[in-house]
Order: sequence, then C-alpha cells, then structure tokens
Amino acid sequence: MKTWFPSAALAPLSALAVLLGLWEGLTRLLAIPAWLLPPPSAIAAAAVRDAAPLLSAALTTGRSALVGFGLSAAVGVLAAIILSSSRPLERAFYPYTLFLQTVPIIAIAPLLVLWFGPGARAVAASSFIVSLFPVIANTLSGMRSVEPALKDLFRLYGARRLAMLWKLELPAALPHLFTGLRVASGLAVIGAIGGEFVAGFSEDAAGLGILVLSAYRQLRTDLLFAAVLAASGVGLALFGAVSLTGARLLRHWHPSASDS
Amino acid sequence: MQLSGLRRTFPGGVPVLDGMDLDIAAGSFVALVGPSGCGKSTLLRLVAGLDGPDAGTLTFSPPLERTRGARNPIAYVFQDAHLLPWRSVLDNVALPLELAGVPTPERQDSARALLKEVGLGDATSRYPAELSGGMRMRVSLARALVTRPRLLLLDEPFAALDELTRNRLDDQLLALWKELGMTVLFVTHSLSEAAYLAERAVVLSRRPARVMLDRHLALPRERRPALRAEPDFAREMGLLLQALERGDSA
Repeated sequence: MKTWFPSAALAPLSALAVLLGLWEGLTRLLAIPAWLLPPPSAIAAAAVRDAAPLLSAALTTGRSALVGFGLSAAVGVLAAIILSSSRPLERAFYPYTLFLQTVPIIAIAPLLVLWFGPGARAVAASSFIVSLFPVIANTLSGMRSVEPALKDLFRLYGARRLAMLWKLELPAALPHLFTGLRVASGLAVIGAIGGEFVAGFSEDAAGLGILVLSAYRQLRTDLLFAAVLAASGVGLALFGAVSLTGARLLRHWHPSASDS
Repeated sequence: MQLSGLRRTFPGGVPVLDGMDLDIAAGSFVALVGPSGCGKSTLLRLVAGLDGPDAGTLTFSPPLERTRGARNPIAYVFQDAHLLPWRSVLDNVALPLELAGVPTPERQDSARALLKEVGLGDATSRYPAELSGGMRMRVSLARALVTRPRLLLLDEPFAALDELTRNRLDDQLLALWKELGMTVLFVTHSLSEAAYLAERAVVLSRRPARVMLDRHLALPRERRPALRAEPDFAREMGLLLQALERGDSA
C-alpha cells in the first residue's frame, strides 16, 4: 500500500499541475476577463475568502444527498427483494423502474415542490429519485445470479424462503449491490443539486446549487467554479465512503467477486 | 435403496432416464460410470429429491424421514466445492446444521470435529478464497458429512482437481466411508477412480441411460495406492472400459 500510493498518484497529479499551469498562463497571456474564465489562482482565492459559505452550502447539499442516498439504498434493496420474489411480478413492474432512470429531474422538480413544499424535503426527494434505479437494477441482477447448485444445497437442507433470502440471495448479491451503491452515490449529489435549483430557495436547503445560482447572477465566476469543485468534493466523499464500506464487507471474497 | 422403473424426460422431449432399475445395499460404496451427459447427474438429483421422476419409484429401507427443516439423511457433493465466500470455513461446514436449527455451540463443535477428520482442523477461521481447490473440496466434503447422512451422493466431486490431489481425496473419502458407514453413490467419468473406490461399479450407456454392466469388483476390500499398478486392477478396468464402449456405440 505504501509503495502503491506515490507511483499511482504521480501521473494524475503531474497532469493536473500541467493543466493548471497552462490554464493560469493562458488566461493571463490572452487577458481573458475573470467573469468569463477566472485563472485557477483566482478560484483558489475565492475558495479561501468564501470558505465559510462554501462549507455550509456543501454540508447542506451533503445532508440532502445523504438522505436521498439512504432512501435509495433502503427502498432499492426492498424493491429488489420484492421484484425477485416472483417472475411475473418482476416482468410486470421492472420496465417501469426504467422511468426512474430516464426521468429528467429538472422537469419533475416543480412537481416535488408542489408535493413537499420548497426546501430540504423536496431536494432529498429529487436526490432519491435520481439515485434509486442503479440500486434496484444491480441488487436484482445480483440476486438472480446466485448459482443454481447453491440453491439446490439450501433446498436440500430444507431452507425456508426467509433463510434462502438472508443467508444466500442477499449476501450473494452484495458485490452487485455495492456496484449499484457506488453509482447511486454520485447520482444522489447530482439529484440534490438539481433539486436545489428548483426547490432550494429556503433557509434549510440553500446548498451548493443555490450558491452556484447566486454566484452566476453576480457574475462571480471564481466563486461559481469553487462551488462546482465543492459539489464534486461532496460526491467524491460519499463515493469514497461507500467504496470503503464495500471493500471492508467484501474483503473475504475472491478478488474477482469484489472487483466489479 | 431401490430404484424401479425410474423415468425422467426433460422439457423438449429428451428422455434422460427411460426406466432405470437399481438396488443399492445399505452401507455399500457404488460408483456410477458413464459418458458425459448420459443422465448420471439427473439420477443423483432424483435420488436427492431435488427433482421428481416422471414415472417409477424410489424406495428406501429402512425408510428415510425427509421432513422439511429436519436433518436431511441425504447429503450431496457437487462438481465444484460451492462454498459461500462470505462465510468462514467453520461456518460453511456448519451451514446444514444451521438450516436445521441446531444451536450455535453444538453445530460449531460438530463442524470442528469434521474439519479435523478431513485434515483442516487448523483452517476453521479461514475463508474459501484463501484455500486451494483441494482444500475447498475437503471443506465441501466436511459440510456434506456434518449431518451424519445415511446416504452420501457425490457428483464427479474431484473432477476439476489435479491427479495427485484427487488420489489423496479418494483415499480420504474411503477412510471416512469406513469410519462413518454411510451408503455412498459416487458418480464419475473416470474408470480408474471408479475401480479404485467402489465395491460395485455400475456402467451406464449413452442417453437414455441403461445399465451396461453392474459388477461387484473382484478387488481386496482394503484399497491402497499400490493397487492401481496391480494386474487385478487393470483387469477390472478393462471390463469397465469394454462396457463403457459398448454403451457408447449402442
């Protein structure tokens, strides 16, 4: 692990340094106005100057995304269990889960405002809707991929439906479930910020989406960039936490099973 | 155990078993040999109750109680070890007892004892991914025996292992059989394995499977590795091979 980190991080870090250098140099050389494209140094300065509002907005967005993600994980696994319990049920309802994947969140966000009122609940609902599909789809495919011989084994020893689910199908689906959760973690932040654009105009929901909008209206492009970076930071934090949990839970599995 | 007129046709009308009769004495070791896809596995699944016959009967005497949730007197070893990767070796072996509702300390003691029998007494807390193929198969064998079954069904269990490992496992299986005294029905496509292990070998034809040869092998009860090089062994193998060839061309 110790020797792995520097060598693996070296290439992307040098690429980043070169890109930032080019960006800084070109914006100065061509005298590009800061409201159009601020140099990295200005973005960094804005991030430091407005650290407090950035952090508070990031925490607000993070909280909404976390609620949405948690709901997705719980509802997604539950939906997968229900759909996997019978083929006709799956055939009848699974196609409609595709709606979740194709729905443009900006288009239904006004509906969420009508239902939940503007604020954190509508934002979390938006995050939930956007991140639900990958959890259902991956968990379901994991539960379906249990080897027939293992099902025979459980049947041979008289396992009941519940034991089959708890001791075989769900644990066997774990690698797939975590693949779904990793995808969902990124989508949850995207859904939260999309939701904030429409429903975030209240004290409890003024997250990074709102900060992006207000920076845009004031042509504070440096702050806008900083807010975008913070949003991706929130997504990365959630993604990292999910990946670490998955790696811990799956540490005994064969590498091929937990790699996915 | 008595099979009579056992018939099974797969969807699509392919007859796999077309009236199979077979008597197996309690406590005996019977090898079932036949070309791939001849219906050996289907036969085992029928005996295990994992599949139902279209016609014919399966009777056990004394009768086997097979109630749901109770300890199953029949155990099954698959072609691959099929262990649960998220469970330790000990918990894998204890699984059948767990599903039968045996309390934790009791089932862990039984599992530990059997792991010692198969020579894995110090691997109880390891995980399947850390084991070699041969070790995984021994865990699988221990899991099958942990319920003290009266009938052990094995479906080409060691086919994926290298020859040395396979020979060792064959010896281990024989030792366990002698000690525990269960009836063993061993499916294999290897003639030498069948001749080495079994008291009685049944050679099946191509699908639909018919019995081509049913022979009590004229070999000493005590099987030692040196047996494989003796003329008696070669003669028995020759007989099995003839039957197998007849069954394949018929």
